Amino acid sequence: MMNSFNKRLKLMTTSAALALILAGAPQAYAATPADTLVLAWAIDDIITLDPGEAFEISTAEVTANTYNKLVALDPADTSKVIGDLAESWTISDDGLTYTFKLKSGLKFASGNPITAADVAYSFERAVKLDKSPAFLLTQFGLTGDNVTEKAKATDDMTFVLTVDKAYAPSFVLNVLTSTVASVVDKVLVTEKAKAMTPTAEYKYDTDFGNEFLKTGYAGSGPFKIREWRANEVVVLERNDNFYGEKAKLARVIYRYMKESAGQRLALENGDIDVARNLEPGDFEAVAKKEGIATTSAPKGTLYYFSLNQKNPNLAKPEVIEAFKYLVDYDALGETLIKGIGSIHQTFLPSGQLGALEDKPYKLDVAKAKELLAKAGLADGFTVTMDVRNTQPVTGIAENVQQTLAQAGIKLEIIPGDGKQTLTKFRARQHDIYIGQWGSDYFDPNSNAETFTFNPDNSDEGKNKTLAWRNAWDPTELSAKTQAALLEKDTAKRAAIYEDLQRQVLATGPFVMIFQQTEIAGYSDKVKDYKLGPSFDTNFVYTVSKD
Amino acid sequence: MTDVSNRTEARRSSARASALAISLLKFILTVLTTYLGLLAVTFFIGRVVPIDPALAIVGDRAPAHVVERVREELGLNLPLYEQFFIYIRQVLSGDFGTSVLTTNPVLTDIARVFPATMELATVGTIIGVLFGVPLGILAAVKRGSIADQIVRVIGLIGYSVPIFWLGLLALLFFYAKLNWVAYPGRVDIVYEYSFTPVTGFFLLDAAMQQQWDVLWDLFRHIILPGALLGYFSLAYISRMTRSFMLNELSQEYIVAARAKGLSETRIIWFHALRNAAVPLITVIALSYAGLLEGSVLTETIFSWPGLGLYITNSLQNADMNAVLGGTIVIGSVFIAINLLSDVLYRMLDPRTRSR
Repeated sequence: MMNSFNKRLKLMTTSAALALILAGAPQAYAATPADTLVLAWAIDDIITLDPGEAFEISTAEVTANTYNKLVALDPADTSKVIGDLAESWTISDDGLTYTFKLKSGLKFASGNPITAADVAYSFERAVKLDKSPAFLLTQFGLTGDNVTEKAKATDDMTFVLTVDKAYAPSFVLNVLTSTVASVVDKVLVTEKAKAMTPTAEYKYDTDFGNEFLKTGYAGSGPFKIREWRANEVVVLERNDNFYGEKAKLARVIYRYMKESAGQRLALENGDIDVARNLEPGDFEAVAKKEGIATTSAPKGTLYYFSLNQKNPNLAKPEVIEAFKYLVDYDALGETLIKGIGSIHQTFLPSGQLGALEDKPYKLDVAKAKELLAKAGLADGFTVTMDVRNTQPVTGIAENVQQTLAQAGIKLEIIPGDGKQTLTKFRARQHDIYIGQWGSDYFDPNSNAETFTFNPDNSDEGKNKTLAWRNAWDPTELSAKTQAALLEKDTAKRAAIYEDLQRQVLATGPFVMIFQQTEIAGYSDKVKDYKLGPSFDTNFVYTVSKD
Repeated sequence: MTDVSNRTEARRSSARASALAISLLKFILTVLTTYLGLLAVTFFIGRVVPIDPALAIVGDRAPAHVVERVREELGLNLPLYEQFFIYIRQVLSGDFGTSVLTTNPVLTDIARVFPATMELATVGTIIGVLFGVPLGILAAVKRGSIADQIVRVIGLIGYSVPIFWLGLLALLFFYAKLNWVAYPGRVDIVYEYSFTPVTGFFLLDAAMQQQWDVLWDLFRHIILPGALLGYFSLAYISRMTRSFMLNELSQEYIVAARAKGLSETRIIWFHALRNAAVPLITVIALSYAGLLEGSVLTETIFSWPGLGLYITNSLQNADMNAVLGGTIVIGSVFIAINLLSDVLYRMLDPRTRSR
C-alpha cells in the first residue's frame, strides 16, 4: 500500500512535469482565420455604442462601419460631402430648410425597411436624450420641444431639417456626417425601449432605447455589431442586408490591447492582423519585418500644451511668446513623433478648410530669454504641467522640461491617469496642460470654436471650451468665430479662419506642437487595409484576406 | 446518583451551548466589522482619488452641462458621509449598482468574470501543491543538505521576486522568443465563438463537450499564468511543509516508530505527513485565497479576463461601483476560505475540538 501511494505520487509529479514540458512543445500555430480580421487597438475609451450618446474616437470608427447617415465625407476628397442614405438634397434659398430624398429599397440589418420616419426618429431621440454629442444637433436650434417639427418626415422618402440661422451649408452638412446623425431602426428601438418616469430633468416616458443601444445594435451599415465587452473586445459581423457592396470578411474583431510592445509581439507572431497603437520604435521595427506591411494617414488630431491665464506669470504676453520659442520642434520631429506625426503650429489641422501651414517658431533660447527679461522674469520661475501617463505626451513633456530649463524656467511634471489630469484641466486648476484635440466633425468651426470662443470667462461660464479652460478671454475672436458660421462664400469663410489662426499663433496661450499621423502595421495577408482621413473614416468593409 | 450526573451533564451542555453562541456571535461581529471596514476604506479611497466619476460616464469630450447633470444624478454633489450611507443602504438591499464601464449590473459582471479567476487560482494551487509538498518533504528529510538549500533558494525567489516582473520575463521568453504558449488571454479568438461555456470553468466545459482542440488552446493559455501563480504558491507551501515535517519528525512517536523498525519511507509518508497534513490544509487554503486575491497583477499582465483585471480596469476608469463590488467579493472569499479551513482543521485534528 505504501508503495502504491508512493508510486501514485511519483506518477502525479512526473505527469505534471511532463505536462509543463509538453506545453512548451513548439508547434506551427494556426494564424487568425481567413474570413476574420483581428485588430489590436486601445479601445478603452468606449463607454457606449449608442450613436445618440457615443462621442469617443474608437466608437466613431465602430459606428462608422455599422451605421449609415444621411450624408458622409468623401474619403477621396474630404472637402466634399456625398450622399449615404440620401440620394440627393436641396437647400432653400433662405438657407434654413434642408430637404433630403432617400435612396429606395434600403433595409436595416434587422430586415426592416429604412424610411424617412427612421431618420426623423434618430434626430428626435438624439436631441431628447441630450447626451454628450447632442449639442452638434441642438446648435442648429433643435430642442426637445421643437425637434419633431424641425426634423420631420414629410413622406416615406423625404426628410426635412429646418435650422434656425442661415449657416454655411458646408458646416451643416459636415456636422451631419458625425456619429450622432447615424440612423437607427425605429421599429426595433421602440420595441426595446424602456419605460421611464418623467422627472424635472428628463421629461419623457421612454429611454428611446438608450439602455438597449449601449451594447446593442439597430443599424444598417456593412457590418452589424455582435458584441462589445468593455476593455476586451468588439465583434462585428457582415450585414447581408447592407445596400452597398457587401463586406468581404465575415467577421471583424477589435481586440483590446494597449501597449505598443504587446501589439508588436502579437503582430509578429500572427495572433493579430493589424496593430493600431505602435510607437515610433516599434513601428520602425515591424516595417522592416518580412510579411508585415504598414500604412499611415494624417489625422485631424493636434497635440498641444496650453498655459492657464489664471497664473499671473503665464498670463504675460512675453511669457506666452517665450514658451513658443522653447520647444525643440525639430528634435521632437526626429524622435518622439517620427512617423506618427508632423510638426504643426496652427489650430486647424491640415486638410480642413482654411488650414494654415505657417511654422514661424523654432527653438531659440536666446530670444526666449530676452522675452522673459522683458516680462521681468529674467531669473525664470517655477511652474507645473499636468501630464497623462501615455506616450508620446510623457516624452514630449520631458523634452520641453529640458528646453525650458535652458531659459531658467523650472517645470515640474505632475503625472496622472487620463481622467485625473482631465478632471483638473476641466476645472481650470492646472498651470500647464499637455493634451490632444481632435475635431468633433470635419469642419473648421469645430476647432475654431474650442480654441477661440469664450463668451463668458467667469468660473460659471457655460461654454467650457479650451479657451475657457485656460481662462483666456479673446473677446474679438469670439465674435469673429461666430460670424464665420454664417459666411456662405467658402473663400471668404476660409479667409476668416486663416485670420483667426494667425492671431492665436501670435498671442494665444496654446503652443501647438504637431498633427497626428495615424499608423498601422498589418500582416501582408490583409488586402486593401486603409486608414481614412478622419477618425470615423477607417473603414474595414473593403478589406479582404488571403 | 444518576440524577446528579444528569444534572451536571445538562449544566455542561448548556455551558457548551452558550459558549458556542458567544463564539458564533463573536464571529458574526468580526465579519460585520470586517465588511464595514472594507467598504469604508474602499469607498473613501475611491472618492478621495482626484478622478471625476462623472467624466467616466460621459467620456472625455462631453459638454460641460452634460457632466454637471451626471454629477447630480450620481449624487456627487452630496456630502461624502451621505453618499456613503446611500451606498451602504443600496448594498444591504443586494444592489451593487451598475458598472459604468460595461453598463451591466455589477453582480452580473462579477458572476461572469469570477469563474475565470477561480479557474486560474485552482490551477495555480494544484501546481503549487503538486510540487510544493514533495519539495517541502524532501527539504525536511534531507535537512541541511544541498537539496534542502536548493529548495530554500527556489522558495526564496518565489517569495521575493515581484510577480509582474517574473510574468513579463516569462511572456518574453515563452511567448515572444519561443512562441511555445499562446498570447495573453483566456482562449483564442478563433475558438471564442465556436464554444459555449456552461459552468464558466472553461477547462471543464471543453472537456465535458469533448472539444479537444479548444481544451488544448485553453491549456496553452492557462499554463503560463497558472505556472506563475503555482510557483508563488509553491514557495509558500514548500516552506511550510518543511517546517511542519521537521516538527513532526522530532516528535517522540517517530522515535518510537523507528524503534519498532518501521521503514523510513513509511514513517515519513504515513506517520509524519499524516499529522503535518492538518496544519498544511490551512496553509493550502490560505494560499488559495491568496491566489484569488493576488490575481490582480497576474491577470493584468496576462490579459486574463477575471476579477483582478475587472477591478484594475474599473479602477482606471473611476468605475467605483465595480471596484467596491469586486472588493466585497474578494473580501467575502477570504472570510469564507478562512472559515472553511478553520472548520476543516477542527475536524481533522481531534486536539482542537472543544471538550
